[in-house]
Amino acid sequence: MPLNRIYHSVVLVKQVPDTRNVTGEVMTAEGTMNRSALPAIFNPEDLNALEMALSIKDQHGGSVTVITMGPMQAAEVLREALFRGADRVVLLSDRKFAGADTQATSYTLKCAIEKLGRYDLVFCGRQAIDGDTAQVGPQLAEKLGIPQITYAESIIDLEGDELVVRRSFELGTELVKCKLPCLLTVVGSANRPRPASARKRIENKMAAIPSEYPKLLKKWPEFENEQSLDKYLEQHKLSIEVWTAADLNVNENELGLAGSPTQVYKVNYVVLETADSKEIQPTVDGIQELIAELVKEYIVE
Amino acid sequence: MTAERNIWVFIEQENQHIAEVSLELLGKGAEIARQLGSEVWAVLCGDAVGNLAERVIQHGADHVLLAEDRELGIYRTLPYSRVLTNLARQWKPYIFLIGATPVGRDLAPRIASALKVGLTADCTDLQIGDYVSKKEQVVYKDLLYQVRPAFGGNIIATIVNPKTRPQMATVREGVMRRGEPNPNRKGRVERVKVAFEPTDFALRVLSRETREPTVRLKDAAVIVAAGAGVDSPEEFELVRELANVLGGEVGASRAAVDAGFISREHQIGQTGSTVRPRLYIAAGISGAIQHRAGMDQSSKIIAINTDPNAPIFQIAHYKIVGDVAEVLPMLIKSLREKAK
Repeated sequence: MPLNRIYHSVVLVKQVPDTRNVTGEVMTAEGTMNRSALPAIFNPEDLNALEMALSIKDQHGGSVTVITMGPMQAAEVLREALFRGADRVVLLSDRKFAGADTQATSYTLKCAIEKLGRYDLVFCGRQAIDGDTAQVGPQLAEKLGIPQITYAESIIDLEGDELVVRRSFELGTELVKCKLPCLLTVVGSANRPRPASARKRIENKMAAIPSEYPKLLKKWPEFENEQSLDKYLEQHKLSIEVWTAADLNVNENELGLAGSPTQVYKVNYVVLETADSKEIQPTVDGIQELIAELVKEYIVE
Repeated sequence: MTAERNIWVFIEQENQHIAEVSLELLGKGAEIARQLGSEVWAVLCGDAVGNLAERVIQHGADHVLLAEDRELGIYRTLPYSRVLTNLARQWKPYIFLIGATPVGRDLAPRIASALKVGLTADCTDLQIGDYVSKKEQVVYKDLLYQVRPAFGGNIIATIVNPKTRPQMATVREGVMRRGEPNPNRKGRVERVKVAFEPTDFALRVLSRETREPTVRLKDAAVIVAAGAGVDSPEEFELVRELANVLGGEVGASRAAVDAGFISREHQIGQTGSTVRPRLYIAAGISGAIQHRAGMDQSSKIIAINTDPNAPIFQIAHYKIVGDVAEVLPMLIKSLREKAK
């Protein structure tokens, strides 16, 4: 009879522009995109990854640490992770990390995970909706020297140092058994992410990083200055950890733009247009005329 | 012939069946090799798959590296990445192409990470060209331009790997045309030794099921596709009904697939199928580039959307500004009456 054990999970998440709902407002007349019109959101499949980690904690005990790399605004997704049940959150933020491709990103994440120390499971979403590369998970697993399970949909069994996972991809499924530690990339069909808990939201609503202090002082005039706010947050375990390159054991040549073998040569905004266009009224008459025209042109039989 | 400019193509096979995209890549690889004055090398891994080498040569390979081992029978990340990483270290190819299938997207980043080289995902086009680095004041000759949609498909980015080799890319199925096999083509087959580490077997496949696609959007004459504006099961039923009346297939934008109304197989766009039907009806689809690029070659496009500024209208031949819940029943009724 194997001993029941607990599992320490790390979940990697990303704040992304919501590219799924690009409406007319976001597109400019020239066919370029007004990125600032897109809201920044928690990458959808990263929520599924977080849910998978939280449900393991619910069943077996252990901890869930959430890491994100990004600008200071990315603290928002970390608060969201706290509201949903994460135990610890870390923001990797440094100019030296900026401009990273998937290679440099996975290297930075590897260094952060090694700093955390012990872990059993690493979770990522299958892919992020801004880049859609699905590369960071496998690249990170290689750098950590652990096996990977991509397209993970369900943990069928977790016992001792092994887990059984159902993978689900286009046109197929697979059942695999893997030794820990390992990395999973989680698909959107895996689960229904739990909403933020009201209690945790109240407990963690003040969680902040130092660059947010000036804004917060205006909101909470009861704090005299940044020092007193910082002291309060520290005492109440509400300081969100921010790690820079100096906090990690890194080779700086492998970070950010400098550590990225791929370079963007050019970017094109695609403008697709049709020459002839006709407006049809959404009325019975309008539709009937349309059908008649399509029949006449042998588009509809 | 310049050996250090060889193009490698990973041949994905399962149960003796070569993935369509691998054959497409052999054709594209041959085209690039002609430009560079080099060769296409295919890497064929599996358990007793040597009989496939001839077919690989007919589709464009000059040289086949054949890695056969029982441990390579069913695809697993670690044994495959071990073999391919070692081969790439030994031979130093100039370019390494892999299909952007579930296997390719699992394998390619693992290899690129081990080799510390650049990798571009889900390319829709590949070309050879020069790259001028203004920062370094250097011209990199004959790089691989890796063209891919980014930012949810709203932009098309051209990526290069100026310094690291091989230049790695995964390429989507269906975007390159597969050539006809040439039975007179000659090529060499070279068996290579494989060696593993005990840690390569940390994962075991207990069972694997694959199925044939149930929808053939590529060949459909009429497609009725649903987007985010179709947001209830009832409205989705209207989409199915209209497709049915027209004898067409049901398609979907990414938003509709993500919302869970329909399986990913029906997705049209850069991350789904590319289609060219006679008639395309876009119901409640806003028309992100990611979607439009997959259907803008349709002969006639009817778009229905409540937002008069929706990008889909830029390419629609017939614009209907209105609610799908009202317009679709009118279309269905009108078509049924015509049939009588």
